Formats: sequence, C-alpha cells, structure tokens
Amino acid sequence: MKGLLNDICANPGKFVANKMSTKPYKIIVGLEIHVHLATRTKMFCGCELAYGEAANTRTCPVCLGMPGTLPVMNKTAVEYAILTALALNCEIPSFTKWDRKSYYYPDLPKNYQISQYDLPLSRAGSIEIPLEEGGTKRIRITRAHLEEDAGKNVHTLGPFSAVDLNRAGTPLLEIVTEPDMNSPGEVRALAQELQRIVRFLGVSEGDMQKGHMRFEPNVNLHIEHGGQVFKTPITEVKNLNSFRALERSIAYEAARQYEEFLETGQTLQMGNKKTFGWDDVHEMTVLQREKEEAHDYRYFPDPDLVPVEVGPEWLEEIRGRMCELPLAMQNRLVSACGLSEYDAGVLTGERATAEFFDAAVKLGADPKRACNLLTQVGLKLANEAGTPVDQLKITPDHLAKLAGMIEAGTISATAANTLFERIAKNGGDPEASAKEMNLIQSSDSGEIEALVDAVIAEQAQAVQDVVQETKKAKKARGFLMGQVIQKSGGQANPKIVAQILSQKLDAMK
Amino acid sequence: MMDSLTARELRDRIAGGEVTSAEATEAYFRRIDKLEPTIGAYLSLFREAALERAGQIDRKIARGEPVGALAGVPVAIKDNLCTAFGATTCGSKILEHFQAPYHAHVVEKLLAADAVILGKTNLDEFAMGSSTENSGLQQTRNPRDVGRVPGGSSGGSAAATAARMCAAALGSDTGGSIRQPAGFCGVVGLKPTYGRVSRYGLVAYGSSLDQIGPVTRTVEDTALLLQVIAGADERDSTSVPEKMAPVPDYTASLDRPVEGLRIGVVPHLNAGADAAVQQAVDAALAVYTAQGARLVELEMPHFDYAISAYYVIATAEASSNLARYDGVHYGYRSPEAQDYVEVYSKSRDEGFGAEVKRRIMLGTYALSSGYYDAYYLKALKVRNLIRGDFTRAFEQADCLMLPVSPTTAFRMGEKTDDPLQMYLADVYTIGVNLAGVPGISIPCGFDETNLPIGLQIVSAPFTEETLLRIARMYEKQTDWHRKEPTL
Repeated sequence: MKGLLNDICANPGKFVANKMSTKPYKIIVGLEIHVHLATRTKMFCGCELAYGEAANTRTCPVCLGMPGTLPVMNKTAVEYAILTALALNCEIPSFTKWDRKSYYYPDLPKNYQISQYDLPLSRAGSIEIPLEEGGTKRIRITRAHLEEDAGKNVHTLGPFSAVDLNRAGTPLLEIVTEPDMNSPGEVRALAQELQRIVRFLGVSEGDMQKGHMRFEPNVNLHIEHGGQVFKTPITEVKNLNSFRALERSIAYEAARQYEEFLETGQTLQMGNKKTFGWDDVHEMTVLQREKEEAHDYRYFPDPDLVPVEVGPEWLEEIRGRMCELPLAMQNRLVSACGLSEYDAGVLTGERATAEFFDAAVKLGADPKRACNLLTQVGLKLANEAGTPVDQLKITPDHLAKLAGMIEAGTISATAANTLFERIAKNGGDPEASAKEMNLIQSSDSGEIEALVDAVIAEQAQAVQDVVQETKKAKKARGFLMGQVIQKSGGQANPKIVAQILSQKLDAMK
Repeated sequence: MMDSLTARELRDRIAGGEVTSAEATEAYFRRIDKLEPTIGAYLSLFREAALERAGQIDRKIARGEPVGALAGVPVAIKDNLCTAFGATTCGSKILEHFQAPYHAHVVEKLLAADAVILGKTNLDEFAMGSSTENSGLQQTRNPRDVGRVPGGSSGGSAAATAARMCAAALGSDTGGSIRQPAGFCGVVGLKPTYGRVSRYGLVAYGSSLDQIGPVTRTVEDTALLLQVIAGADERDSTSVPEKMAPVPDYTASLDRPVEGLRIGVVPHLNAGADAAVQQAVDAALAVYTAQGARLVELEMPHFDYAISAYYVIATAEASSNLARYDGVHYGYRSPEAQDYVEVYSKSRDEGFGAEVKRRIMLGTYALSSGYYDAYYLKALKVRNLIRGDFTRAFEQADCLMLPVSPTTAFRMGEKTDDPLQMYLADVYTIGVNLAGVPGISIPCGFDETNLPIGLQIVSAPFTEETLLRIARMYEKQTDWHRKEPTL
C-alpha cells in the first residue's frame, strides 16, 4: 500500500479513471430519498398533516403511541406511493406488508417505526435524468417503500430537550437508488427530476427547505491504478437542505475522500462506512459517526396491520391517474413545438405551468411567443404571488389571444408583456385592455412614413452614419428606429417602421 | 341475595323494575367491602361514579326509556383495558398513574349496553403470567382457597366473579389468561376467535394472540357479554368485518343442544394432567355421550410444540409492544436519570417487574439479526402447523374437549421461582391462541381438596354460537357452576 501511495504522489496523472473526467477517480453515488406524501391525514391515524403548527397540536393517541392504540392504514398514501413507483418504472408486487423497525429515540413514540422491510410495495425501477451536456441517463431505482415519519427533538428551549410529535406519522416514501450517479451534477439532476415528478403527480409538495424531500447520498470513489480499482470507504451525507448543498456535498466529499485515500490508503471494507453531516455555513462535510454502528433493527411483521394485496383492478385504477411525466413532456415541447431544451425545461418545472402552456398552444398560440410570455412574465408574477400560474387571473385563452395579437402585429411584444401582467392581476379581455391602455400598434404606412421623414430630418448625424456606413452605422440605425417609435408614442409597428426606414436610408446612399 | 343472581337474571329484574341498579351496585360494593381485603381482586374501584351511573340507568328505566343488554349490571374489567376515567395500570409500576384519554372499544360497548363498571381488576403485569403473582401492584387470592393463586393473568376478574364481587367481568387471553383463571376459580371464561372482538384500547402484550373475552358465572352470561363486545371496529385492522363473519344472536339459540355432536379428544394430551383433572374431564365427556354425543379420537401432532412457539412469538411481539414504556412520553420516569439513555434504561429497570423483563429479553433475542430465522421464523412455521392440526381436527369433530390446565390452583409462591413450571400451567390453552380459534372454560368438578376443575371446549373460527351451545348442554346437566366459594 505504501508503494502505491508513493506512486500516486509521484505520478498523479497516471490515475485517470474515465475519459469524461480529468480527475484520477470516478465518483460513485447512490441516493436514499425520503419524500413526504401530501395526503390529508397521517399514515396510520386521522390527524391532519400540517406544517408550522404549535408543537404537539396535530397529534392523537395513535400517533402519540399510547397504550392500546392501533394503527389503521391510510389507503390514499399507499395509492400515492404506488403512483410514484409507477412513474419510476418500478415493479409493483401484488403483495406487500408492514414491518416494525425497532430503535429507541425520543422522537419515535412507540420506539419502533412502521416501515416495510423485505416485501416493499415496489422495486426494480428506473428514472431518466437530463444531463448538462444534453441527453439523458438512466439511473436504476432499487426500491420505494412507505413508512411513517418520526417527530422532532427540539433542543432550543432551555437546559432540556423537548419533543414535537406533529410530524410523527407523516407518510414517508423512501426511494433508494442504485449507485449509478457519477458526478455532483448528476446527483442534482436526479434530485430535481424527482422533485418535478412528485410535483407533477401531485403526491408531494417536494419542498426541500420544508423537509418534504430529504436526500442522503452514499458516496465513494473508484480509483484506478495499474489495472486495479481501489474503492474508498463509503460515506453517507446527512443534513442537506437544498439542491445546492446536495451538489456541493458530493464535490466536497469526492475531494476529501481522494485526499484521505492519498493519506491513509484506506479502502472500502465491511463496517467502515462513516456518516458525515453537511455544514451549510462552511460548505463542508463534518464527521458525525466514525463507524457505522452495528444497527439491529429487529424487523418483524407488524401484527397490528394486515398485509396489502395490490390486485390488478386497484393497480389499473391507480395507473389511470398517471399524467404525462415532466421529461416526456419536455421532450414533446422540444420536438412538437420547436422550443429550446431550456425553455421546455422551464415550462415543465411545474405541472400547472406546463398545462397552461399546452392549453394556450391548443387554442392556437404560437409556441415560442406563448412560452416567452409565460416564462418571462407569468412565472415572475406567480412567484411573487406564491401561487402556481393557473391561479392568476389570466387564462390560457388570454395567453393565446396575446400571442396572436403579437403575431398579427396588433401589439408589440413589450405591450403584450404589459397586458399579460395587467390581466394576470386584474383580469379582463386582451383586446379591450390593449385599446384601453392605448397599446394597439399603428401599421398605417402613410402615417409611419411621415414620422420617418421627420426623424430623418431631425437626426442628421445619425443619418449620416448610416448612409456613410461608418462604424456607428448599426447603432445609428437602431437609434433612428427608436426615435420613430418614440414619436409614435410606442404605437408604430416596429416591423413596418424598420421597412420604411430602410427604404428611405438606402435611397440616400 | 342480589349478588347470587346471574348477570342475566339481574339484568331482567333491573330492566323489569323489580330491583334497581343502585341497589344491585350497593349490594356488590358491600360484598367488595367485606371480601376485598382478603381477595385483593381490584386495583381500582369507582364507587361514586358507579352509583351515579346506576342511578341514571334506574331513572331511564323509570321513565320507560329503552335500556341496553346489560342494563344496570355491575361489572368489572381487567386493568389492561383503557378507560378515560381512573388509571389504566396493567398491574405495572411503569403505568401505575397512567390515565388513558380514551376508552377501549369494549369499554365503549359495555357503557353503550348500560353496564355499570365497578372497578378494574388485578392482573399479572402486562398480562404476563399464570397466577397474577406477577402483578407489580397487588396480590390476588383465590376465593376457593385464599392460600392459592387465582390463576392468571386475568386473576382479578376470575376471583372477583367467583367471589361475587361483580356480576361478570372482562378479561384478556393471550395464552390462556381468561380460561385458566376461570378454571382455577370455578367460573366460565371465553376466549373468542382472534378478530371477533376489537383490541382497540387493550394494552397489547402479544398482538397476534390477544383477545378480550367474558369471565362469568354461567355460559348464558358469557353469551350475553360476548353479544355486547363482539363485532368489527375500524380502529382495529385485525377485527374481522361483519360481512365476512356476521355476529349471530348468541343468546337466542343457547338452549338448543347440538344434534349429533362429535367431540374430538386427544388421548395423549389428557394423559399429562393430574388424575383428578383427567377423571373430571372423562366424567364430563360421559355427560355428553349420555346426551348422544360421539367421541372422535384425534391426533394433534404439533400440539406439544405450542409452548415453545408461544414463548417465542408472544415475547417477540411483547418486546416491541412494550418498547414504548420508556419514561419519555408518559408513565414512570426514573428520578435518577441523568441523560436520555438513562431515562430509558433506569425508567424501564425500575418500572418493569422481573417476568416482564425476562420476556422482553427473550423476545428481543428471538428477533435479533442472526437469530430471527432460527427462532421467530421457526416459531411462525410451528404456529402454522398447529393451526393445521386444529383445521384438520374440526373437519372430523365439531369441537375439541380437553382440560384447561394440568392442575388445579397451586399455592401462592409455589411456582414463582420456576418460570418454566409456571409456563406449563398453560400447556392446554396456548395452542388455541396460536390457532386463533375460540375456546371456553367451564366448571366440571372439584378435586379432593375442593378446588375447581375446568373443562376446555374449543371450536372452529367464528363458531362461538355452537361453542356456547355445547357448553350450555353440559351446564344444564350439572350443578358445578352453582357451587359458591365459602368465604
């Protein structure tokens, strides 16, 4: 091992693992993901789910784990879980059951968690993630299963700890991926794609800051040397509250593990998995647990719950609720509507936006114009209002009309933005509003010609620059355009202005 | 003497206005005042509340309003059934002052049937035991011989019923905890089919085995109480829906004998019991054959493994069920604890008794990684085989008859140092829980020291109606159930 270390230190360039990377290693990442399902009530009792309520106000004897209470399965949670698993191309076995996972912690009222062990409700799926360099990559999903969340320990109230059990019993979908991600960017892409999927399906709000989604990466490196691959010990990273933190933590861990490997030469062995926490302030991972404790959760089937049979009829009923998934929709918007990957990606960020856009296009809107209005104005307004775009007062029909008015030259693109904003806030008909706001463009060439003549007469220097084709010619042409439009009070159709202006100027050459 | 009436007789007289519930309740409290210092059946008594409630029921009757099936009848309930009034202790120091914010399903049912709850009865801690000596709070004595145990774990309910300190009672049965004390005290006790009665609010011991059932002086009273507590409950996923197993009228058909009754007997099983017990069971069989019943010799090849399987399955479930008593959220917390791990370890060490700790450790071990297959999984397989034994038995016979326990009530302290000997007291009852089938214990005689002997009758799942009729066929021909303890 010492020989190897010397070798690496002397010739780091030899350790190039793959062609894509200039780094002498390959990053291997698998994810464990927890998603809060947005059901009305908890997993095994009738308490309503709520965030930010006073401590222990959303509890009942069942989720408090009081003696003699019994869990009753929330069928909607199971349906949400199966729907998500179907979106992740998982197999759905016809039989699944509940198991108790035992460990002692104050936020776990029964000191066991109802979870799923050897017969999860889904397994063997995959997810396509968009890559930065274009194209997609398939990441395998090991399994997705349902469980109940724990409560929260609170350590900020004084010289004691308190327990808030509002969260205890929240339905939690645990998704485990295979270690198929090989860069921080891929990990981020998977996380964002999954967020988009659960939001499209309407099964989760998917807000990382609120803890609706928690990502715990398992990271290690494969370092190639002389035809031999050295695997570094796996670390699990916790406490990641944003996509940025998730991405950074992978990059940090990769660099840290490589450095550690050079120092110690330690490789992956049974039981040397470590747990690190992400320090968001210092942007680094901090060791939490040196050795993976030999956890014995003593899983066994929960005798209080009956196994769940997922028959073909029920499965089809759930499958019937499937919507077009974001990546498929994104691809369709590129291929069928001619949008850029970027625009299609922004539109499919939220299902409401995507469906709003789709509806406008169906009503005849030019896709590119509709997209610009929706992404540049609509999303900004929705974001300000804290609502999805379809909660604004503007409708897809309005959007289609605005796009059509730009297309017909009735209004300028800028005027359309103004109108969009006004209608989004106050409602109203696009054409009537345009008239009311004096935003209808003039396409009367006689009128425009007079304005052009006036500007040419007033702006001798600029005209000269254009005619003599000086360095400033392009700028001057734009300036003259602007002057004409300004003279028209913004109402002259820029297309026609440009046309007449060019004719006149060319004639002067 | 009002306390000599059966629950059914008392109900009829109260509902008919011959006596008041208040009079009956007062009579029972006089009896309790006299005998409780000796017997120690109750962990709590609700004297004022019971009398007030009796008065309300009496006024309802006086106004001519309809009343429930247990109108004004004073009953007792085992203290592992949650009540929104008083404490629910489970006979444990760890829950000594625990007040549940809700009623168990069966308590709601009793109240809806206009029963009057006198108090809550003693039990082996968390229902773990066969003598009630494992109670962390109190000793209960057998009214037939106060030097002997009442059996367990529903020893308080059996003792109170036998001593006429209540008209009837509820117990719970995980491995024999209703039938064995009923046998030891000379009363009737029924463990219904698993899923017949909702477990909501029954503090869990072995969740896949626990059932709540009546402890009464007659088969008719058992039918009456079962009628009140049976049925589906959406709060218990393991309670069986009505459409799969409708609740019949248990009392209507009770006096109709079962024609051409085929009684399954397993000779090698009975051979393990004391001579007096064997003789009493044989004599009981003769009472049936005299009425035209036929005996069918059966083999139950896996019955002998029941105790082993039970002590793995029940303790495994218990180790998990009892994990919640940790001093954090409710119940006893050790004042000595310095940090949260000590809150767990010290509260549990000081709060639980020896037998509970023994079973938690047994169960924890059985579920541990590396041992799971050898113990828990193996036990589940044995359980399936035992279930198969019962299924085959009920293809050939309408019921199975065997002793309740190999002995009559043993002396206080006799078996407390030998848990294995104690476990053997349940050798005949445990298989019934593993199979999930119903079983009843009825008085069938006395041994040479005048201690009662119980006959156990077991039938197929959800055939309690037939089971009660079979039991009633015997009761009608005999007087054992009328023999009161001399106190």
